[in-house]
Amino acid sequence: MHIHLLYFAGLREVLGVATETLELPAEIETVAGLRELLAARGAPWTALVTTKNLRAAVNQEMAGQDARVHAGDEVAFFPPVTGG
Amino acid sequence: MSVTIQVADFDCGQEIAAMTKGRDDIGALASFIGLVRADTLGTENIDSMQLEHYPGMTEKALAEIVAAAEKRWMLQSVRVIHRVGKLLPGEQIVLVLVAASHRGAAFAACEFIMDFLKTRAPFWKKEVSEHYGQWVEARDKDEMALQRWQDAEK
Repeated sequence: MHIHLLYFAGLREVLGVATETLELPAEIETVAGLRELLAARGAPWTALVTTKNLRAAVNQEMAGQDARVHAGDEVAFFPPVTGG
Repeated sequence: MSVTIQVADFDCGQEIAAMTKGRDDIGALASFIGLVRADTLGTENIDSMQLEHYPGMTEKALAEIVAAAEKRWMLQSVRVIHRVGKLLPGEQIVLVLVAASHRGAAFAACEFIMDFLKTRAPFWKKEVSEHYGQWVEARDKDEMALQRWQDAEK
């Protein structure tokens, strides 16, 4: 089963990718696990674990590192927001 | 409640007219407008600000923020407009318009919505000058602004 990933702002620029669809390995159960899986691709993906205060959203709701991820989810990673 | 994300500029006067049309129960109307401030990036003046957002989540996050304000105060109408795309110094970025029976609720809710918008709605700003581009960093001050709403709740 797949998950849909989105990257925004400075992170999107560093990665050079805005969206992707990924086969979710069965052992990946949390946002933190997903970050490590992506960082294991090597540079520039290490930004997923080295970026200060990186935020995540699961299905368009702000999510902590321990939040569960499931097949079919939409997971986004981005720097702290700066609107207004 | 009405929330709009748009590229086009907005007219606060028109929005007020639309909000108050045909009503005589509104006693107070508070508005906040955020503008692009002229600034420098290194030795260069900023030419523009690039506003990016997370379509779908942005609208949801703003609706939740407004709903939280409506739960906390007796509000009669709320309008939020946030622009995205390329904005020039001096241009309007965001409008928050709150109508209530009395000014206390209108002022407080307007500020509450802006405080949460700045820290919870998925928008990102990039300052662009002739040779540079730099993503604006989140400020601790904005996160601290939320604290007083949470302290007041206790």
